[in-house]
Amino acid sequence: MEFRNLKLTKKTTFVIWVLIIAFIIAAPSILPVFRLNLLGRYLSLAIVALGVDLIWGFTGLLSLGQGIFFALGGYCAAMYLQITSSSEFPNNIPEFFGLYGVDNLPFFWEPFRSPIFSLFAIWVIPALVAGILGFLVFRNRIKGVYFSILTQAALLVFFNFFNGQQKLINGTNGLKTDVTQLFGQMVGSESIQRMFFWFTALLVIAAWFFSKWVVKGRFGNILIGIRDDEPRVRFTGYNPVLFKTIIFSIAGGLAGISGALYTVQSGIVSPQFMTVPFSIEMVIWVAVGGRGTLLGAILGAVLINYAKSLVSEALPASWMFIQGGLFILVVTALPEGVLGWVQGEGPRNLLQRLGLKRKIETYPSLEIKNETEGLKNE
Amino acid sequence: MLLDSLFNGVAIGSVLLVAALGLAIVFGLMGVINLAHGELMMLGAYTTYVTQLIFKLPLLKTYYNAYVIVSIFFAFIVSGVVGILLEKTVIRKLYGSPLETLLATWGVSLILQQFVRSVPLAYGTGLVISLIIGLFLPSVFSSKLKESVNFKYVKFSSWIFAALAGVLSGNLISSSVSKLSRASARNVDVTAPAWMRGQVEILGTAFPKTRLMIIIITLISVIAITLFLNQSAWGMRIRAVTQNREMSDCLGISTEKVDIITFGIGSGLAGVAGVAVSLLGSVGPNVGGNYIVGCFMVVVLGGVGNLLGTIFASFGIGIMTDLIGAGRLLSIWPDMPLPLSNTINFFATTSMARVMIFALIVIFLQFKPTGLFPQKGRMVES
Repeated sequence: MEFRNLKLTKKTTFVIWVLIIAFIIAAPSILPVFRLNLLGRYLSLAIVALGVDLIWGFTGLLSLGQGIFFALGGYCAAMYLQITSSSEFPNNIPEFFGLYGVDNLPFFWEPFRSPIFSLFAIWVIPALVAGILGFLVFRNRIKGVYFSILTQAALLVFFNFFNGQQKLINGTNGLKTDVTQLFGQMVGSESIQRMFFWFTALLVIAAWFFSKWVVKGRFGNILIGIRDDEPRVRFTGYNPVLFKTIIFSIAGGLAGISGALYTVQSGIVSPQFMTVPFSIEMVIWVAVGGRGTLLGAILGAVLINYAKSLVSEALPASWMFIQGGLFILVVTALPEGVLGWVQGEGPRNLLQRLGLKRKIETYPSLEIKNETEGLKNE
Repeated sequence: MLLDSLFNGVAIGSVLLVAALGLAIVFGLMGVINLAHGELMMLGAYTTYVTQLIFKLPLLKTYYNAYVIVSIFFAFIVSGVVGILLEKTVIRKLYGSPLETLLATWGVSLILQQFVRSVPLAYGTGLVISLIIGLFLPSVFSSKLKESVNFKYVKFSSWIFAALAGVLSGNLISSSVSKLSRASARNVDVTAPAWMRGQVEILGTAFPKTRLMIIIITLISVIAITLFLNQSAWGMRIRAVTQNREMSDCLGISTEKVDIITFGIGSGLAGVAGVAVSLLGSVGPNVGGNYIVGCFMVVVLGGVGNLLGTIFASFGIGIMTDLIGAGRLLSIWPDMPLPLSNTINFFATTSMARVMIFALIVIFLQFKPTGLFPQKGRMVES
């Protein structure tokens, strides 16, 4: 697969960032509470999209199972909140256990009493699970489509597991967080939610810097090498398994953080986070924004989700058609996403086609270049 | 007891087999995993439903009992045609980039699901009829006509004819069968004809007739596909392209046609699987999703380009699902040690059985990464 390496110019990146930050700062005063909450949620989804961009845009691993790590992070956060707010319920355990006649806390809940453990668990547990799963798969040189459908199967397996275990984690009902307490206030209250919004915005920026740092330098080059020609990377003496496992577990950790932030802002975590469509959607956010641009992942996640909520409020039935069309359109017509299109020849071609801009006379050498490209594509 | 379990496993496995067969053939040939395969199954299941209602009309009432047989052919054609259309419009453009194909087919599956929800089935049927006519009418004409200058117009007018036929038949169906005239997202039920209800007793064990029927459908499809691949000229071409696309192309095989035929057959098999699925439970827009992951597992476990691998893998997964999911190991070996029996009880639901089977498959892949029956010889990586 030929895939041009997208390098956004410093200017474009800077302009987009100024716009994003200005919007985030202005948002609380111009948006109603409901919309602000939605924006906060979508910003947290941008973090998982960054992870998807790292593994897909840079390393070429199409994971259809990021929902696993997303939900694991969410569950870690929700378990902490539930257990710290359970003092008024019988046996000092979360309320839902009473419904299933469980008197003793299952053993794996116990460590979540500690806030420090929970804070680490939110990203360490998903990263560990991703690392183990990734290592087992990459070790055998399973890749490409095989990897994708294995991650999808893993997703379904986790969904089945979480969905079926009423007595351990409240099964299909999920864990509620909006009625729990944090710092002596309801998590669902407006002030805490606003705090989470700022926190999310900060973390998105931090995650962007982190991802930028990861793909910089030699490590990033090896990732791109794996994407473009894995055997050659191996023959050069690098071990792709190691790099793939590391990047997959980084993406898992990012997904965990994202899931935790999403959970506290939406008020519930449930196995619905692990449904197949949700995980594939994450990929399309990145694809629409622009693979391998990082910034595109953030833009794609926020904009598509916002569009989704607006469209589904107006015309509920049409979103599926639009989304399906988006999947087809973006891979056939816009393989580099919106940012790639803007950065590349896209706008100029469009202007030319509309007859607004005259075609620039070019050197004959460009025609030769086209010829070689034609050969390559065959 | 054991026989019973084996039978259930084989029944589960045979649905998987028909569905996965199409997926595996296409994957072996084009390296494409079709995420819309489940939705093609769903189309097959809905075709069965529509056929059943049409056979309830006074004109066809006398042949009502045969509707299942007829619907197998219909389902094959409907899903096959939709598959061919999918190949011609989307997948061909993405040749050589399997991950992009995966995403595009997912988009198609979303559209198909929503299509079934928001378009009345009668008009959906009309649309499919016009597609069938439009795609196949031009191939009826003589080759002399095709080479002439005016063939473009002939093709165009045949599409107009197809569209007219589609609108007419859609209206006809919607006016005569009221159940099909309104769009609905609700699940529908296919009732088996009288001769398929009840049970057959063999060796003191009772077997439900619908499941026997499914096994028979599977047997016929597998035999037919094997014969086709191994005996017919097109089958030989398909195998050739599967082994080495460039070389086959050089030797004059039209890989384009091979792709279309293979995709059509693969999708058609999904439709046949849809008939089987509709006999097992109610039919809804999401029915394909329940089976599709099982099919993926079969393809992963069975390896690429080998029918035998697909067969073994699907029956293996089917029998294991039944053994684990129904906790049958306990009844076969009642006095096993307590920790073991606790574990088995923990996994003794259908959903937990899937968890167990996935774990087993991942362990299996540690030893045999290329599936049960890997292709021999040097493989080109990437």
